[in-house]
Amino acid sequence: MVHWLFATGFVLLGLCLLSEALVGTEVWQRQPWRKYLWPGLLFALGVLMWPVMAFFTNSAIHTYAHGSWAEVMMLAGGAELGLISGRLRSPWWRLALPLAFVVGGTAIILHEQNTWLFARSAFLHHLIGWTMIGAAVFPLGKAFRPRSGFFQTGVALSLVVLAVMLYTDRDVAPVFGHLSPLAGAPHR
Amino acid sequence: MNSNIATHSTVELTYVRSARAFVLSLLGPLTIGAGVIWAIVQPWRLTLLHPHGQGFWWLVIEPPLLLAVAGAVFALVVARPLLAELDEARSRGDTVPGEQCAATG
Repeated sequence: MVHWLFATGFVLLGLCLLSEALVGTEVWQRQPWRKYLWPGLLFALGVLMWPVMAFFTNSAIHTYAHGSWAEVMMLAGGAELGLISGRLRSPWWRLALPLAFVVGGTAIILHEQNTWLFARSAFLHHLIGWTMIGAAVFPLGKAFRPRSGFFQTGVALSLVVLAVMLYTDRDVAPVFGHLSPLAGAPHR
Repeated sequence: MNSNIATHSTVELTYVRSARAFVLSLLGPLTIGAGVIWAIVQPWRLTLLHPHGQGFWWLVIEPPLLLAVAGAVFALVVARPLLAELDEARSRGDTVPGEQCAATG
Protein backbone atom coordinates (compact mmCIF):
# COMPACT_ATOMS: atom_id res chain seq x y z
CA MET A 1 0.00 0.00 0.00
CA VAL A 2 2.83 2.37 0.87
CA HIS A 3 4.46 1.47 -2.45
CA TRP A 4 1.40 2.84 -4.27
CA LEU A 5 1.54 6.13 -2.34
CA PHE A 6 5.17 6.60 -3.25
CA ALA A 7 4.40 5.58 -6.83
CA THR A 8 1.97 8.49 -6.95
CA GLY A 9 4.68 10.81 -5.66
CA PHE A 10 7.08 9.57 -8.34
CA VAL A 11 4.41 10.09 -11.03
CA LEU A 12 4.09 13.72 -9.99
CA LEU A 13 7.87 14.06 -9.83
CA GLY A 14 8.25 12.54 -13.30
CA LEU A 15 5.53 14.75 -14.78
CA CYS A 16 7.16 17.88 -13.36
CA LEU A 17 10.57 16.90 -14.74
CA LEU A 18 9.03 16.03 -18.09
CA SER A 19 7.35 19.43 -18.19
CA GLU A 20 10.66 21.13 -17.47
CA ALA A 21 12.27 19.12 -20.27
CA LEU A 22 9.47 20.13 -22.64
CA VAL A 23 9.42 23.87 -22.00
CA GLY A 24 13.06 24.36 -21.06
CA THR A 25 14.60 25.22 -17.71
CA GLU A 26 14.39 28.99 -18.28
CA VAL A 27 10.64 28.90 -18.79
CA TRP A 28 10.12 26.38 -16.01
CA GLN A 29 11.96 28.60 -13.55
CA ARG A 30 10.12 31.82 -14.45
CA GLN A 31 7.78 31.30 -11.51
CA PRO A 32 9.66 31.23 -8.19
CA TRP A 33 7.42 28.55 -6.69
CA ARG A 34 7.80 26.27 -9.69
CA LYS A 35 11.56 26.04 -9.67
CA TYR A 36 11.43 24.61 -6.16
CA LEU A 37 8.60 22.22 -7.00
CA TRP A 38 10.28 18.98 -8.03
CA PRO A 39 13.33 19.28 -5.76
CA GLY A 40 10.94 20.05 -2.90
CA LEU A 41 8.78 17.08 -3.80
CA LEU A 42 11.84 14.82 -3.91
CA PHE A 43 12.96 16.11 -0.51
CA ALA A 44 9.46 15.58 0.89
CA LEU A 45 9.39 12.00 -0.41
CA GLY A 46 12.67 11.44 1.43
CA VAL A 47 11.21 12.87 4.64
CA LEU A 48 8.10 10.69 4.27
CA MET A 49 10.28 7.62 3.87
CA TRP A 50 11.38 7.90 7.51
CA PRO A 51 7.96 6.98 8.99
CA VAL A 52 7.80 4.15 6.46
CA MET A 53 11.14 2.96 7.74
CA ALA A 54 9.99 3.22 11.34
CA PHE A 55 6.49 1.75 11.06
CA PHE A 56 6.31 -0.44 7.95
CA THR A 57 9.50 -2.49 7.98
CA ASN A 58 9.80 -5.85 9.67
CA SER A 59 13.48 -6.69 9.56
CA ALA A 60 16.82 -4.96 10.01
CA ILE A 61 17.73 -5.18 6.33
CA HIS A 62 14.41 -3.60 5.33
CA THR A 63 15.00 -0.83 7.85
CA TYR A 64 18.48 -0.13 6.46
CA ALA A 65 17.18 -0.11 2.87
CA HIS A 66 14.33 2.28 3.61
CA GLY A 67 16.64 4.46 5.68
CA SER A 68 19.11 4.68 2.80
CA TRP A 69 16.33 5.71 0.40
CA ALA A 70 15.19 8.39 2.84
CA GLU A 71 18.74 9.71 3.10
CA VAL A 72 19.57 9.78 -0.59
CA MET A 73 16.21 11.30 -1.60
CA MET A 74 16.63 14.04 1.01
CA LEU A 75 20.23 14.57 -0.09
CA ALA A 76 19.32 14.79 -3.79
CA GLY A 77 16.29 16.99 -3.17
CA GLY A 78 18.18 19.18 -0.73
CA ALA A 79 21.14 19.54 -3.10
CA GLU A 80 18.87 20.64 -5.95
CA LEU A 81 17.06 23.06 -3.63
CA GLY A 82 20.40 24.48 -2.52
CA LEU A 83 21.63 24.86 -6.10
CA ILE A 84 18.44 26.59 -7.24
CA SER A 85 18.35 28.96 -4.29
CA GLY A 86 22.04 29.78 -4.77
CA ARG A 87 23.07 28.59 -1.33
CA LEU A 88 25.08 25.81 -2.94
CA ARG A 89 27.40 26.90 -5.72
CA SER A 90 29.48 23.88 -6.62
CA PRO A 91 28.04 22.00 -9.64
CA TRP A 92 29.34 18.79 -8.07
CA TRP A 93 26.22 18.82 -5.88
CA ARG A 94 24.34 17.73 -9.02
CA LEU A 95 25.91 14.31 -8.54
CA ALA A 96 23.58 13.76 -5.58
CA LEU A 97 20.78 12.72 -7.96
CA PRO A 98 22.71 9.97 -9.79
CA LEU A 99 24.02 8.90 -6.38
CA ALA A 100 20.41 8.54 -5.23
CA PHE A 101 19.62 6.37 -8.26
CA VAL A 102 22.63 4.09 -7.68
CA VAL A 103 22.31 3.84 -3.90
CA GLY A 104 18.53 3.38 -4.12
CA GLY A 105 18.85 0.71 -6.81
CA THR A 106 21.61 -1.13 -4.96
CA ALA A 107 19.68 -1.06 -1.69
CA ILE A 108 16.54 -2.51 -3.23
CA ILE A 109 18.53 -5.37 -4.81
CA LEU A 110 20.52 -6.09 -1.65
CA HIS A 111 17.49 -6.22 0.63
CA GLU A 112 15.71 -8.76 -1.59
CA GLN A 113 16.87 -12.18 -0.48
CA ASN A 114 14.78 -14.26 -2.90
CA THR A 115 15.32 -15.04 -6.57
CA TRP A 116 13.62 -13.20 -9.45
CA LEU A 117 10.68 -15.60 -9.88
CA PHE A 118 10.02 -16.27 -6.19
CA ALA A 119 7.02 -13.91 -6.25
CA ARG A 120 6.02 -10.65 -7.88
CA SER A 121 7.53 -8.49 -5.17
CA ALA A 122 10.89 -10.29 -5.46
CA PHE A 123 10.82 -9.87 -9.23
CA LEU A 124 10.02 -6.17 -8.87
CA HIS A 125 12.78 -5.64 -6.33
CA HIS A 126 15.36 -7.03 -8.77
CA LEU A 127 13.82 -5.22 -11.75
CA ILE A 128 13.54 -1.86 -9.98
CA GLY A 129 17.08 -2.15 -8.63
CA TRP A 130 18.73 -2.88 -11.96
CA THR A 131 16.52 -0.35 -13.75
CA MET A 132 17.50 2.43 -11.37
CA ILE A 133 21.20 1.54 -11.54
CA GLY A 134 21.05 1.54 -15.34
CA ALA A 135 18.94 4.69 -15.44
CA ALA A 136 21.53 6.50 -13.32
CA VAL A 137 23.20 7.39 -16.61
CA PHE A 138 20.44 10.00 -17.14
CA PRO A 139 20.93 12.02 -13.92
CA LEU A 140 24.68 11.57 -14.39
CA GLY A 141 24.44 13.11 -17.85
CA LYS A 142 22.12 15.79 -16.48
CA ALA A 143 24.72 16.62 -13.83
CA PHE A 144 27.24 17.53 -16.51
CA ARG A 145 24.74 18.91 -19.05
CA PRO A 146 21.92 20.32 -16.87
CA ARG A 147 20.05 21.89 -19.83
CA SER A 148 20.09 18.76 -21.99
CA GLY A 149 16.53 17.83 -22.94
CA PHE A 150 17.62 14.24 -23.58
CA PHE A 151 18.97 13.70 -20.07
CA GLN A 152 16.10 15.64 -18.45
CA THR A 153 13.58 13.50 -20.31
CA GLY A 154 15.52 10.37 -19.38
CA VAL A 155 15.36 11.23 -15.68
CA ALA A 156 11.65 12.02 -15.92
CA LEU A 157 10.73 8.82 -17.76
CA SER A 158 12.89 6.73 -15.42
CA LEU A 159 10.81 8.00 -12.51
CA VAL A 160 7.56 7.29 -14.37
CA VAL A 161 8.78 3.74 -15.08
CA LEU A 162 9.70 3.40 -11.40
CA ALA A 163 6.15 4.48 -10.50
CA VAL A 164 4.62 1.91 -12.86
CA MET A 165 6.72 -0.83 -11.30
CA LEU A 166 5.73 0.26 -7.79
CA TYR A 167 2.05 0.33 -8.79
CA THR A 168 2.26 -3.31 -9.94
CA ASP A 169 3.54 -4.46 -6.56
CA ARG A 170 1.36 -6.67 -4.34
CA ASP A 171 1.84 -8.27 -0.94
CA VAL A 172 1.90 -11.80 -2.42
CA ALA A 173 1.21 -12.40 -6.10
CA PRO A 174 2.60 -14.55 -8.92
CA VAL A 175 4.89 -13.18 -11.61
CA PHE A 176 4.55 -14.64 -15.11
CA GLY A 177 2.70 -17.58 -13.53
CA HIS A 178 5.46 -18.29 -11.01
CA LEU A 179 4.85 -18.17 -7.27
CA SER A 180 6.96 -20.07 -4.80
CA PRO A 181 4.93 -22.16 -2.30
CA LEU A 182 7.16 -20.60 0.36
CA ALA A 183 5.72 -17.16 -0.46
CA GLY A 184 2.28 -18.03 0.93
CA ALA A 185 -1.21 -17.59 -0.48
CA PRO A 186 -1.72 -14.77 -2.99
CA HIS A 187 -3.41 -11.70 -1.54
CA ARG A 188 -3.69 -8.02 -2.44
CA MET B 1 20.27 37.49 -46.38
CA ASN B 2 18.35 34.54 -47.67
CA SER B 3 14.72 35.10 -46.74
CA ASN B 4 13.81 31.45 -47.39
CA ILE B 5 16.04 30.26 -44.57
CA ALA B 6 14.67 32.88 -42.16
CA THR B 7 11.09 31.91 -43.01
CA HIS B 8 11.84 28.23 -42.57
CA SER B 9 13.40 28.82 -39.14
CA THR B 10 10.40 30.82 -37.90
CA VAL B 11 7.94 28.21 -39.08
CA GLU B 12 9.97 25.45 -37.46
CA LEU B 13 10.24 27.33 -34.17
CA THR B 14 6.51 27.96 -34.11
CA TYR B 15 5.84 24.33 -34.90
CA VAL B 16 8.14 23.09 -32.15
CA ARG B 17 6.62 25.57 -29.68
CA SER B 18 3.07 24.50 -30.42
CA ALA B 19 4.02 20.81 -30.49
CA ARG B 20 5.64 21.03 -27.08
CA ALA B 21 2.70 22.93 -25.65
CA PHE B 22 0.39 20.29 -27.11
CA VAL B 23 2.38 17.45 -25.53
CA LEU B 24 2.42 19.34 -22.22
CA SER B 25 -1.34 19.82 -22.35
CA LEU B 26 -1.78 16.06 -22.88
CA LEU B 27 0.28 14.89 -19.91
CA GLY B 28 -2.40 15.49 -17.28
CA PRO B 29 -5.36 14.08 -19.26
CA LEU B 30 -3.28 11.05 -20.30
CA THR B 31 -2.42 10.33 -16.67
CA ILE B 32 -6.06 10.70 -15.65
CA GLY B 33 -7.05 8.45 -18.56
CA ALA B 34 -4.52 5.83 -17.50
CA GLY B 35 -6.07 5.79 -14.02
CA VAL B 36 -9.61 5.48 -15.41
CA ILE B 37 -8.66 2.69 -17.83
CA TRP B 38 -6.84 0.89 -15.02
CA ALA B 39 -9.96 1.14 -12.84
CA ILE B 40 -12.07 -0.32 -15.65
CA VAL B 41 -9.63 -3.14 -16.45
CA GLN B 42 -9.05 -4.07 -12.79
CA PRO B 43 -12.19 -3.00 -10.90
CA TRP B 44 -11.21 -5.15 -7.92
CA ARG B 45 -8.41 -2.65 -7.25
CA LEU B 46 -11.12 -0.17 -6.23
CA THR B 47 -12.10 -1.28 -2.75
CA LEU B 48 -14.77 1.43 -2.74
CA LEU B 49 -16.77 -0.81 -5.07
CA HIS B 50 -16.76 -3.62 -2.48
CA PRO B 51 -16.07 -1.87 0.82
CA HIS B 52 -17.40 -4.57 3.15
CA GLY B 53 -14.67 -5.87 5.42
CA GLN B 54 -12.05 -3.39 4.19
CA GLY B 55 -9.95 -1.43 6.65
CA PHE B 56 -9.56 2.34 6.62
CA TRP B 57 -6.30 2.48 4.68
CA TRP B 58 -7.44 -0.06 2.09
CA LEU B 59 -10.40 2.24 1.43
CA VAL B 60 -8.27 5.38 1.26
CA ILE B 61 -5.42 4.08 -0.89
CA GLU B 62 -6.99 3.21 -4.24
CA PRO B 63 -4.14 3.03 -6.80
CA PRO B 64 -6.16 3.85 -9.97
CA LEU B 65 -7.77 6.80 -8.19
CA LEU B 66 -4.38 7.96 -6.88
CA LEU B 67 -3.05 7.95 -10.43
CA ALA B 68 -6.06 9.88 -11.73
CA VAL B 69 -5.80 12.40 -8.87
CA ALA B 70 -2.08 12.86 -9.57
CA GLY B 71 -2.91 13.61 -13.21
CA ALA B 72 -5.62 16.07 -12.21
CA VAL B 73 -3.38 17.86 -9.69
CA PHE B 74 -0.60 18.10 -12.25
CA ALA B 75 -2.97 19.40 -14.95
CA LEU B 76 -4.48 22.07 -12.68
CA VAL B 77 -1.49 23.16 -10.62
CA VAL B 78 1.42 22.78 -13.06
CA ALA B 79 0.35 22.35 -16.68
CA ARG B 80 -2.42 24.95 -16.85
CA PRO B 81 -0.37 27.90 -15.49
CA LEU B 82 2.60 26.81 -17.60
CA LEU B 83 0.50 26.70 -20.76
CA ALA B 84 -0.95 30.11 -19.93
CA GLU B 85 2.57 31.50 -19.62
CA LEU B 86 3.56 29.94 -22.93
CA ASP B 87 0.51 31.47 -24.60
CA GLU B 88 1.29 34.83 -23.05
CA ALA B 89 4.90 34.63 -24.21
CA ARG B 90 3.72 33.63 -27.68
CA SER B 91 1.32 36.58 -27.87
CA ARG B 92 4.17 38.92 -26.88
CA GLY B 93 6.40 37.30 -29.47
CA ASP B 94 9.00 36.25 -26.89
CA THR B 95 11.53 33.59 -27.74
CA VAL B 96 11.45 30.66 -25.41
CA PRO B 97 15.08 29.55 -24.92
CA GLY B 98 14.46 25.83 -24.50
CA GLU B 99 12.29 25.71 -27.59
CA GLN B 100 14.78 27.62 -29.64
CA CYS B 101 17.46 25.08 -28.74
CA ALA B 102 15.21 22.23 -29.80
CA ALA B 103 14.29 23.94 -33.04
CA THR B 104 17.90 24.41 -33.95
CA GLY B 105 18.74 20.87 -32.92
